[in-house]
Amino acid sequence: MAATVEELLAKAEKDEAEKLKSIRVKKELELEFDLGNLLASDRNAVNLRDFRAQKKEDYLRALARDNTQLLVNELWKMPSERVEGVVVAKLPEPTTRLPREKPVPKPRPPTKWEQFAKLKGIQKKKKTNLVWDEAHKEWRRRWGYKRANDNTKDWLVEVPETADPDEDQFAKRAHAKRERVAKNELNRLRNIARAHKLKVPGAAAAAPSRNELARAEQVAKVSTASVGKFQERLPKEKAPRNRGKKRAFQPNIGDFSTERQQQLELLKVIASKKPRMDVTKAVNKQMREEDMEAASKKRKGAGRKGRKGGSAPRGKAKGKAKAKGQGPPAGKSRQVRKGLGKR
Amino acid sequence: MRPLTEEETKTMFEKLSKYIGENIKLLVDRPDGTYCFRLHKDRVYYVSEKILKLATNISRDKLVSLGTCFGKFTKTHKFRLHITALDFLAPYAKFKVWVKPGAEQSFLYGNHILKSGLGRITENTEQYQGVVVYSMADVPLGFGVAAKSTQVCRRVDPMSIVVFHQADVGEYIRSEETLT
Repeated sequence: MAATVEELLAKAEKDEAEKLKSIRVKKELELEFDLGNLLASDRNAVNLRDFRAQKKEDYLRALARDNTQLLVNELWKMPSERVEGVVVAKLPEPTTRLPREKPVPKPRPPTKWEQFAKLKGIQKKKKTNLVWDEAHKEWRRRWGYKRANDNTKDWLVEVPETADPDEDQFAKRAHAKRERVAKNELNRLRNIARAHKLKVPGAAAAAPSRNELARAEQVAKVSTASVGKFQERLPKEKAPRNRGKKRAFQPNIGDFSTERQQQLELLKVIASKKPRMDVTKAVNKQMREEDMEAASKKRKGAGRKGRKGGSAPRGKAKGKAKAKGQGPPAGKSRQVRKGLGKR
Repeated sequence: MRPLTEEETKTMFEKLSKYIGENIKLLVDRPDGTYCFRLHKDRVYYVSEKILKLATNISRDKLVSLGTCFGKFTKTHKFRLHITALDFLAPYAKFKVWVKPGAEQSFLYGNHILKSGLGRITENTEQYQGVVVYSMADVPLGFGVAAKSTQVCRRVDPMSIVVFHQADVGEYIRSEETLT
């Protein structure tokens, strides 16, 4: 039994030593700790021989274990407190400077007033914080709670001569104040919207474009009882074109003589368009003359036979004329010859 | 009621000249009074100045007719000559056609004139020339268009059409409602 007890004790001692051994880590160079970020930097060179000798995973794991042990040792050195039954170490401020997570923000664009002030060269005037209040005989702040010259605390407000006697001046003041506040708020929001390039509701939508204005002007001009005929015009504005009647007829009882003249002119034009010479007639006449010559020649030549021959060419000529013209018109010679002409 | 525009006057004169040729100026320029053409509801009226001035006192929807209706303009602005113009065309007609008594009735009923009904025809009538149709007693019956020229007329068979019917005095009874 004693042996076992001794053995136990010895074992316990050995275990203790091992524990301590595991807690204590030997390093050539001390680690750099940034406890605020829970960071431990190990600058010791890697033992290449060991690295290559055993499995790399195992080596790295052992290295990580050692370094973590050292970090935890450091943490235990920090002042601790109990929060809700748990021991918590109070970490110091982090010493490592971390880089930016997001890009540098752009400077916000100047507001309307700032633009205007820059344009005009208006400088900001530094104002005193406190103002002398005569009524209370003390220094009071310029604006805000218990301010100097507070007109909301007036118990009497004179009604100005030009105002309606039944009007409530106090209510008027309060109303004006509310309006100013609302206006300021609106401008502030507008500045923000402009800075973020958001759409401002109402303002831009109301303003019509140049084309829209021109169209509206046109429509308005014509939208009168006499359809824009008797509208007053600006000094250099041109009279509107005739947009009403597209066709204008002559008056019913106009000048009869001029009407007559025009019609006679028109008749002259129509007459001139018609050809003076009837082409078919001329052609037929020409052909008839040729036939007659031929006939007379034959007659002279063949005597009696010539007569028969004379009649044939006549028929032929008639046929030819028919073919060429639209119909054989009767010429003077024809009438004389045939004597068949119906009158 | 309004005067005719240039276009309308031209169309109408061209149509009239088919029947009376250059005698239109005798209609336009009359020694015995100022006569003019007026358009009312697409119909052309030939009216004296005096009557015209009286007619202006009647409202457009109530005015039915004034003077003599020569014809009307169709939807496609072509001019159609009515029988009511016959009184003015007949004395100035250039080309005339006389119709036999037997064929008179046929013509007055609206049929074309056949060669068998043809009595006389003016010499030199061309084909499709506007002609005025007379009875053998020189009574104007209407007008038409020559289907064949005079020469051809002589030689065709008796059953062929020689004059196309355009208007006849029988229309006064037949189309009483549409004539104004």
